[in-house]
Amino acid sequence: MSTLTLAVELAYWQQTTIRAVVALVAVLIPAGTLVYLFLFKMMSFMQSRLGPMEAGPYGSLQLLAEVGKFLQKEDVLPRKADRVVFKAAPFVVLISTFLLVLVIPGGPDAFFIDVDTGIFLALAVSSISVIGILMAGWASSSKYSLLGALRATGQLIAYELPLVLAVMGVVIQAGTLNMQGIVMAQAEGEIFGFGAIGNPFIITQFLGFVIFLIAVQAELTQPPFDMPVAESEIVTGYLTEYTGMRFLLFFIGEFATAGIFSALAATLFLGGWYVPGLDPTDNLFNVIGPLVLMGKIILVAFLIFWFRFTYPRFREDQLQTLAWKVLIPLSLVNIVVTGVLKVLV
Amino acid sequence: MILAALPGFEPLVSGDAVVAQNIAFGILAVVMVAAALRMVTTPNVVHAALYLVIVLAGVAGIFILLGAEFVGVTQVLVYIGAIVVLFLFGIMLTRGALGEDEDAATEKRRMALMVGVLLLVVTGGALLDSFGDAAMDRSRPSLTAEIGDSIFSQYIVPFEAVSVLLLAALIGAIVVARKE
Repeated sequence: MSTLTLAVELAYWQQTTIRAVVALVAVLIPAGTLVYLFLFKMMSFMQSRLGPMEAGPYGSLQLLAEVGKFLQKEDVLPRKADRVVFKAAPFVVLISTFLLVLVIPGGPDAFFIDVDTGIFLALAVSSISVIGILMAGWASSSKYSLLGALRATGQLIAYELPLVLAVMGVVIQAGTLNMQGIVMAQAEGEIFGFGAIGNPFIITQFLGFVIFLIAVQAELTQPPFDMPVAESEIVTGYLTEYTGMRFLLFFIGEFATAGIFSALAATLFLGGWYVPGLDPTDNLFNVIGPLVLMGKIILVAFLIFWFRFTYPRFREDQLQTLAWKVLIPLSLVNIVVTGVLKVLV
Repeated sequence: MILAALPGFEPLVSGDAVVAQNIAFGILAVVMVAAALRMVTTPNVVHAALYLVIVLAGVAGIFILLGAEFVGVTQVLVYIGAIVVLFLFGIMLTRGALGEDEDAATEKRRMALMVGVLLLVVTGGALLDSFGDAAMDRSRPSLTAEIGDSIFSQYIVPFEAVSVLLLAALIGAIVVARKE
């Protein structure tokens, strides 16, 4: 795509090791940032309080304190639990998260994998987390856990469809599933012959962007779609029996996935690592690309968490109705309109 | 395993890549056979479904090793993400909480064995008959665009037939569910 950035040629295993380490960072840094900025601070400000202030300046080290606290907790295993499945469940959820991060490009040469299937791979591996949730709910051998897992599964299956269908509009416009291809299509695109800002698909695919964000909210089982962990009815659903380290893994998985879905939305609809006005093949983007992407992630995550802290919980039937009777028909209409315009224009 | 296989999409002409592929295939095959055996011998239905996940993930890994990226990803999306999830959902809704299931492992065993042998003979025979020892073109991974093109040109009739079949199944499910 552009000239080689590195002066040294690295062996395959060296490249793979570097990518694995960077992937770990790329999962944890956005997750930590989102938890501090939004869960600790923004929610507190919206509720007229300061939030954590003691650990570090403005409570910025609070997250480390929390991790330390979780690590000290006793690892409780319910007596009737299925031990192996119970212990494996959080890791299945994390596997899904770590596979998801791989498709997100940070610059023309700064990517983990540059595969032809791109966004399709992301949508496929994001569905693995459902299995982890079902494992957690069933192996806990508790009725609250099982109910929570069943609710979560029903919800995730329902909202996976609008999630996939909303992406279709972008894929039709870009003409590729490849994430780099989608970024380049936005960087080099034009809106009615005006190409100064490229063609970020949020403008032409605004409906798709809205549907995608709603579906992401539901996939993350966050309020207003938090029936699976509705604390007034079923304690915390499939998380009820988890303590200490294993609870922490689920917690990291949830917020890391929030960060990665924000990154996906930023790449699909906001132009990813590209900033208008520069040459997209410029080597510069290998350096500033990840930072640009991080800025866009925070922008999208701001929207996601804003809705999280604003709206009350949906009832189960309202939740299913919204997915099947509103979002799916709307996204199908979006696909048809996009397809017709793609052929005509 | 999928992780290790994914970045290896450089053309598979060099000897090294083929050796690495064979090693990866060996590991996948051993894991898959072990998981498949445990799947049919375990007395616990939920465990059986989870072993099935391992087998299906192995199949996806083998597709990716062969450069059939789109098919491998579809395998994960459809079989792991949807079909096994529906299995688990159904089992958990109907069987209640944890517990071993006795009746699944007795009566139907002979029938299952017969069906299994029949499937092996039919598919094995069909594969040997149509491909024999013809070598596969592994010089490059297949592209999604090419698969799309061939589905909507060369294979348009079978594709539409499958669509109608699925639609019929969908309508049938609605009719059965709304019997009253």
